[in-house]
Amino acid sequence: MTQSFHVTITVNEKEYKREVEPRLLLSDFLRHELGLTGTHVGCEHGVCGACTILFDGESMRSCLIFAVQADGHQITTVEGLAKDKDNLHPLQQSFWEAHGLQCGYCTPGILMTLIPFLKQNPNPSEDEIRHALSGNLCRCTGYQHIVDAVKLAAEKMK
Amino acid sequence: MKPAPFEYHAPDSLEQALDLMSQHAGEGKILAGGQSLVPAMNFRVAQPSVLIDLNRVGELSYIREADNAMSIGAMTRERHLEFDSSVAKRIPLLTEVMPFIAHPQIRNRGTVGGSIVNADPAAELPVLMLALSARLKARNASGERWIAAQDFFVGMFTTALEPDEILVEIELPFMPSRTGWSFMEVAPRAGDYALMGVAALVTMDENGKCKQVKLVYLNAGEGPMEAKEAAKLLQGENLNDKLIESAALLASEKEITPFGNIHTSSEFQRHLAKALTKNTLKQALQRAESNLQ
Repeated sequence: MTQSFHVTITVNEKEYKREVEPRLLLSDFLRHELGLTGTHVGCEHGVCGACTILFDGESMRSCLIFAVQADGHQITTVEGLAKDKDNLHPLQQSFWEAHGLQCGYCTPGILMTLIPFLKQNPNPSEDEIRHALSGNLCRCTGYQHIVDAVKLAAEKMK
Repeated sequence: MKPAPFEYHAPDSLEQALDLMSQHAGEGKILAGGQSLVPAMNFRVAQPSVLIDLNRVGELSYIREADNAMSIGAMTRERHLEFDSSVAKRIPLLTEVMPFIAHPQIRNRGTVGGSIVNADPAAELPVLMLALSARLKARNASGERWIAAQDFFVGMFTTALEPDEILVEIELPFMPSRTGWSFMEVAPRAGDYALMGVAALVTMDENGKCKQVKLVYLNAGEGPMEAKEAAKLLQGENLNDKLIESAALLASEKEITPFGNIHTSSEFQRHLAKALTKNTLKQALQRAESNLQ
């Protein structure tokens, strides 16, 4: 017998009601049930950080949470950052301007890690930025341009 | 990379959770933060048939300051402990160690109780439970009992909890006065499992002699490993470099039993343990001395 649970989950301020099997990961719920494919899936065991989302405003791995656990909670994904393609979030704009991405696979997870980080720490040192990024793997950039992008974003968001 | 099917329960009170644990004793597995369990389930290394999710049991999430100890609810997120000002004042070693645990995204979800019950020999919190002489409160449907940290960790990923018991609270005595502390670990990258790590506590007496020492190691055996003989060597003495050297040699060669893994040999782990013992003892001593005034 497969159990099924009715959940109501708010994603990017929009309420979704769905039936889910308990073993469905939140990352797969976002991608397959809601079609929000901006949240990327890399390792599926909490190492790469590509699937990072905001759960009630705090950065978490969506591959380590079951969708059923998000019932009644607020989720923010990378799709929730920009109003449209001409009005990027200042953090996204900074990544564009400072070349903070190459293939872009890790970028959504990195952005969702940095949103609460810059809120808590609006004037981060380079050391603090690198520490904040320790849970996100990027295999293209060597991180230097990501760090530059974060510094630029901190300036823009003042 | 998808978990096997399981039966899911999300009680919203501790009482309900305890009832579920007694109904499913032996197959009921607690889901706390899930930051170790869910990866294991995604790999299907773990295939629990019944999951009892404590994330809706709000009564297990708190940090309280009593007369001589901090009481921490088992479902308290690691991130809350990291930024708690009473903890920083009463148990500064704990505050200093929190950032070493994985990454911010993991600590936002991971719980204090979950990491302790997981009893990973490479984890930081079990080491701190021994170093800080914690008491752990377990409950089942018929009652509660307290377990001293030294009796709690019984082996690799194994604790003294019975199949129907839930860890509900952690009690940590305040660090005594005239005490210095230090924690150091060596990891390939920040947030990775450390190859070796040491927590050291040094308490001085009124005359500046060493009164008590605690040395506890991670990734150094079947569980958090305490070097009691090395500590004895230092107690009652005026600490100097030569004594510290002897204690570091004793602890790293005779008292810990590291296994080595794909990242390191056990010889290198012993080498690290020796160096880290000396460095942590020196830092702890320095801090204890600056606390004497």
